[in-house]
Amino acid sequence: MIDEPHREPSKRGPAAIDEARLRQHAIGVRLRQMFDDVVNEPVPDEFLEILRKHDQKPSGTE
Amino acid sequence: MAAAERSPAEDLAFKRELVGLIPHLRAFARTLTGDPTSADDLAQDAMMKAWDARASYQMGTNMKAWTFMILRNQFYSEKRRSWRQTQLDQEAAERTLVAVDDPEAPVALDELRQGLGMLPPEQREALILVGAGGFAYEEAAEICGCAVGTVKSRVSRARRALHAILEDGSYERDGAPAGDAMQAILADAERLSTIR
Repeated sequence: MIDEPHREPSKRGPAAIDEARLRQHAIGVRLRQMFDDVVNEPVPDEFLEILRKHDQKPSGTE
Repeated sequence: MAAAERSPAEDLAFKRELVGLIPHLRAFARTLTGDPTSADDLAQDAMMKAWDARASYQMGTNMKAWTFMILRNQFYSEKRRSWRQTQLDQEAAERTLVAVDDPEAPVALDELRQGLGMLPPEQREALILVGAGGFAYEEAAEICGCAVGTVKSRVSRARRALHAILEDGSYERDGAPAGDAMQAILADAERLSTIR
């Protein structure tokens, strides 16, 4: 689906993967974690309020 | 606005999907701006722009990529208006991403954030979209308005550079010996992949 992140399955089996790949993979895991930490924060109420208020305005007004 | 042509049901479906994307917009905005407050301002602007432009969105296509493109365009057009902000970018980038208030956050997170901050912005952006945002190269190319091959090469250069930065410990750090960052990242990745 559109919202589904393209996650690689975690490849285990250290013998099969060379060291550099393992490290790149580790960085990748960390990077996603970093991003997901923010994604998982609760959304401030402000966002929904703004959207609701804006919605009540006749369309076309800025 | 053409929004009038849309049915209330369509608007509702659009809004529901848009609301679901807010967390992702916030995360992407934070990687661009550096601090959580202006990131949320940016994410809110992008959200409203997306809402206003809803008539031009084809339901069923990739709304996440579409909103990310709006957010990115918004960010760069604001930046063009204020050149003086440019100098702050590097500094901001280093604070970027996770100003998550988590005392348990592993050291490696900080190191990675700093490493990211050292990458050229276009490489950082490409790596974040593909490596963290879950976008395909084609989608990232659309978001950034460049060729797929350009995104591929940016991501690959970013990965190599980040790896080198973390291995060398060539980023600014307070005393700790170089090489620790990579070890910490490896340990974290190990831990995370066992959790998942």
